[in-house]
Amino acid sequence: MKNLPLLFCGIFFALAFSFTGLILSSHIQLGSLTRTTETLVPSDEDPTVLVMPEGETLFPAMPGGIEQQGKDVYISMGCIYCHTQQIRRSGFGADIDRGWGSRQTVARDYITQDRVLLGTMRAGPDLANVGGRIFQQGGRDWHHLHLYNPQITSEGSTMPPFAFLYELREIDGTASADALKFPPDSKYAPEAGYEVVPTRRAKALVEYLLSLKINYSLPEAPISE
Amino acid sequence: MSNSSNESPYSSNSLAVRAELSAIDASIRSASLFFVISAVSWLLIGTVFALLAAFKAHEPDFASTYEFLTFGRVRSAHLNAMALGWGNNIIFAVGLWIMARLCRAPINHKGILLIAGIFWNIGLTVGIFGILKGDITSVEWLEIPHYATPLLAISYALIGVWGVLAFRFRKGEHVYVSQWYILAALFWFPWLYVIAQTMIIWFPARGVVQSVTNWWFAHNVLGLWLTPMALGTAYYLIPKVLGRPIYSYYLSVLGFWALAIFYNWAGVHHLIGGPIPVWLISAGIVASVMMVIPVIVVGINHHMSVVGLHKEVWRSPTLRFIVFGAISYTLVSLTGSAMALRSVNEVTHFTHFTVGHSHHGVYAFFTMIMFGGVYYMMPRLLKREWPSASLIKIHFWASAIGITVMVVALQTGGWIQGLEMNNAEIPFLETVQNTIPWLKARSISGVMLTIGHIAFAINIAWMLFAAGAVRAKQGPTLLDDSKEGGIV
Repeated sequence: MKNLPLLFCGIFFALAFSFTGLILSSHIQLGSLTRTTETLVPSDEDPTVLVMPEGETLFPAMPGGIEQQGKDVYISMGCIYCHTQQIRRSGFGADIDRGWGSRQTVARDYITQDRVLLGTMRAGPDLANVGGRIFQQGGRDWHHLHLYNPQITSEGSTMPPFAFLYELREIDGTASADALKFPPDSKYAPEAGYEVVPTRRAKALVEYLLSLKINYSLPEAPISE
Repeated sequence: MSNSSNESPYSSNSLAVRAELSAIDASIRSASLFFVISAVSWLLIGTVFALLAAFKAHEPDFASTYEFLTFGRVRSAHLNAMALGWGNNIIFAVGLWIMARLCRAPINHKGILLIAGIFWNIGLTVGIFGILKGDITSVEWLEIPHYATPLLAISYALIGVWGVLAFRFRKGEHVYVSQWYILAALFWFPWLYVIAQTMIIWFPARGVVQSVTNWWFAHNVLGLWLTPMALGTAYYLIPKVLGRPIYSYYLSVLGFWALAIFYNWAGVHHLIGGPIPVWLISAGIVASVMMVIPVIVVGINHHMSVVGLHKEVWRSPTLRFIVFGAISYTLVSLTGSAMALRSVNEVTHFTHFTVGHSHHGVYAFFTMIMFGGVYYMMPRLLKREWPSASLIKIHFWASAIGITVMVVALQTGGWIQGLEMNNAEIPFLETVQNTIPWLKARSISGVMLTIGHIAFAINIAWMLFAAGAVRAKQGPTLLDDSKEGGIV
């Protein structure tokens, strides 16, 4: 191995090989995925071909404006370092048994996202379907309390408080409709005459979390009840 | 310096060769010293972030009122300060110095190397501030915000080209094992970095193709950048210090190409169970398991070269660190292959086990070998000995025990965490709380590593700035006074 061009070719092709095999080929396979309806029907012209029925909603949904802003907050806080957004299939881990979602997530679930936040650590629970989980009613209030200080909603959690996303202010006349609704006798509640109000960033973050829902079927990943 | 019966290990047979090496050392001195000082500074900065992140993991209220100190950012600042600040700078110092020595060619344009190095560190400083400020990208291993990365890429390009040119204009026929590794790594890193930046940050690929690219990059930074640089360093210094050739040339050829071919497919194992096609994951698993070949081969080569000379390992600061690193390489790589198996991954994925594994690789293997490299290089660059053998011993024991505690704690805790997480009967919050004792053990190990780093930094500062006070000794600083065996 004394010949530089030959050595260099070997070095080059070693990496080119994996780049082609892993990245280009997955781009070819997945790069043209489009949104689709929950089920497909046989085509009128050729019954062996399955097509999308007309007029049905396409999935995954496109994210709204405030949800995108909330995602930027999620990214800038580094939430991904403790929370994943992927549900493993039934029988591999306990993601579905834990109620984190009703089906596994597949590549198509992520195609409308500018930045994919799969994550690799679960110091906290998976969030792929956090908006569709137990807290649908009152979910907004729960998330705000949880972000302000996780000990209020989940005592013993190791999640840091994000109180800096909230404003403590004196109640001027009538209390704000946005003010956090603390449980009675909570030691984290502000003194009488004060209230804790979410900033725009906190509101956007919560809207983003509520928008995380895997509550639709895809042809390749139907929800089986 | 040398005794008659034994050839002095860090000199070669003739005075002429020694004079030549000395001239090469002199020509790269300013750049190498700059990189060592930068690397050690980043090591200390990264350690501070590491301690913050470690404490925050079990004391969530610790320093939590400041947005810039929130866990996600501090953790990322730690990773980037260590990988790009400590890792890259120490590679530029030790790797390029070894390259220059092995190429035996006069070093031209060392000014470019120095200027590129200064800009690398400026870019990195901007990047770390960006992370703390909230411009973090939340893409693992690529957290540096987009406004700092072009500067990093350009300054790296100058440094990398410098290394390739040194190789191109080398003197002498023989090409050493270390040169393959260093040359390949110098080329692989920019390719990985540019593709990952392009396909994830600048022109994002669709959906999970980003994640595949992300893990292709992140895992290859370890396997095709840090690993070959550390292996190259070990391949250079083990024979150099012991004064005997490496065990087998053919094994080293096999080890090199097996690494080059298998490692770069292995990163996908971080997505086992994830929303990507199963064939991709299977390819990653196969490659991860195939990594057993280069690991065993390199292990045989390194360990057989040392066999019979254990006293030397004990005496020489360089070898003590490097042999620790070489043993860790074998262990961490075999663990890594096992972790890629679906049944094992089902438990270890998403847990602290993986964090323990990455520290095992980056610290116990890469960093320990680089410490060894610095202990060998500095006396030759400065023509001055290490001022304190005790500080070296403190550094070694604090690092060795600290990293062992960390790996054992995180991997035991992570394994338990994984088993509990896969049992839906155990409430999630309980699985979180059961990791706390292990995370506390990690913090303790972090304090030990900090002690080691401080001892290391003091020794270096003492060596650099207290020239008059340091003995102009007759022989090298050794860790054991026994007179048996060879030298160094």
